[in-house]
Amino acid sequence: MKALVHVTLKPGVLDPQGRAIQHALEGLGFQGVEDVRAGRLIELQLADDTSDETIQAMCRQLLANSVIETFRVERA
Amino acid sequence: MKAGVIVFPGSNCDRDVAVAVEQVSGTAPQMLWHGDTDLPDGIDLVVLPGGFTFGDYLRSGAISARSPIMRAVAAAAERGVLVFGVCNGFQILTEAGLLPGALMRNAELNYLCRDVTLTVGTADSPFTRRYAAGETLTIPIAHNDGNYTADDDVLDRLEGEDRVAFRYAGAVNGSARSIAGVIGGPRRNVLGMMPHPERMIEAAHGGDDGRRLFESMIAAVG
Repeated sequence: MKALVHVTLKPGVLDPQGRAIQHALEGLGFQGVEDVRAGRLIELQLADDTSDETIQAMCRQLLANSVIETFRVERA
Repeated sequence: MKAGVIVFPGSNCDRDVAVAVEQVSGTAPQMLWHGDTDLPDGIDLVVLPGGFTFGDYLRSGAISARSPIMRAVAAAAERGVLVFGVCNGFQILTEAGLLPGALMRNAELNYLCRDVTLTVGTADSPFTRRYAAGETLTIPIAHNDGNYTADDDVLDRLEGEDRVAFRYAGAVNGSARSIAGVIGGPRRNVLGMMPHPERMIEAAHGGDDGRRLFESMIAAVG
């Protein structure tokens, strides 16, 4: 089975990359871009019997840094 | 002083900091491989050098922080052994949870490589005892991810406990409260800092403002 882990910066954490993307979009003439947040998508190919708890543990121990990031797991 | 410098894949300041330790202390440190599981017996100082370990993949320092030797480093820090992380070493220490906060991409997204002016935040540590609080130093930086971030409670606690070792004297990389170096550990025995004191230990480097950091550690160890 496959799990998709979406890692994003916590709401309150300033995102310099998101801001740069926003400015670049504005530079291309796109209007109405009110905010951009950049994150990371990690695809895990896992044994079928991998538990939700195990995936959550992977996220907490390595894939996301809880100081600045949150994560969301999607089973695909 | 019995010192060790950990070499991770992609460390690139390991020999610089080893030279600095040897020049100031008179004894060469041992070079330790990240894949080892133990530190040498009786070690006084563990240095995590600068570099771009594991290509900065995932997050700077994230993979190195899970290297086998880091369990031994955490145990040593808990015993009061001096642990000193420079640049990528600081990132590794935060990723390992040995220091609070995180180092994010520089606010202007530029790689910054230049001398900066630092203010000494506290002389009350084994790393800064040869400085005076408030003193200004010139030390080089060389980093992409030096933007120190932590929530306000953590920042308040760091300041309240006098654990800000160094601050940038002006705007540099967006760091919260201009923090350039942080003290932790049960005996204030862990220091992480983005600037590179090992690159400022003799006149030929353009200055020696980093030298007293090494002298402080030697004095602390005795």
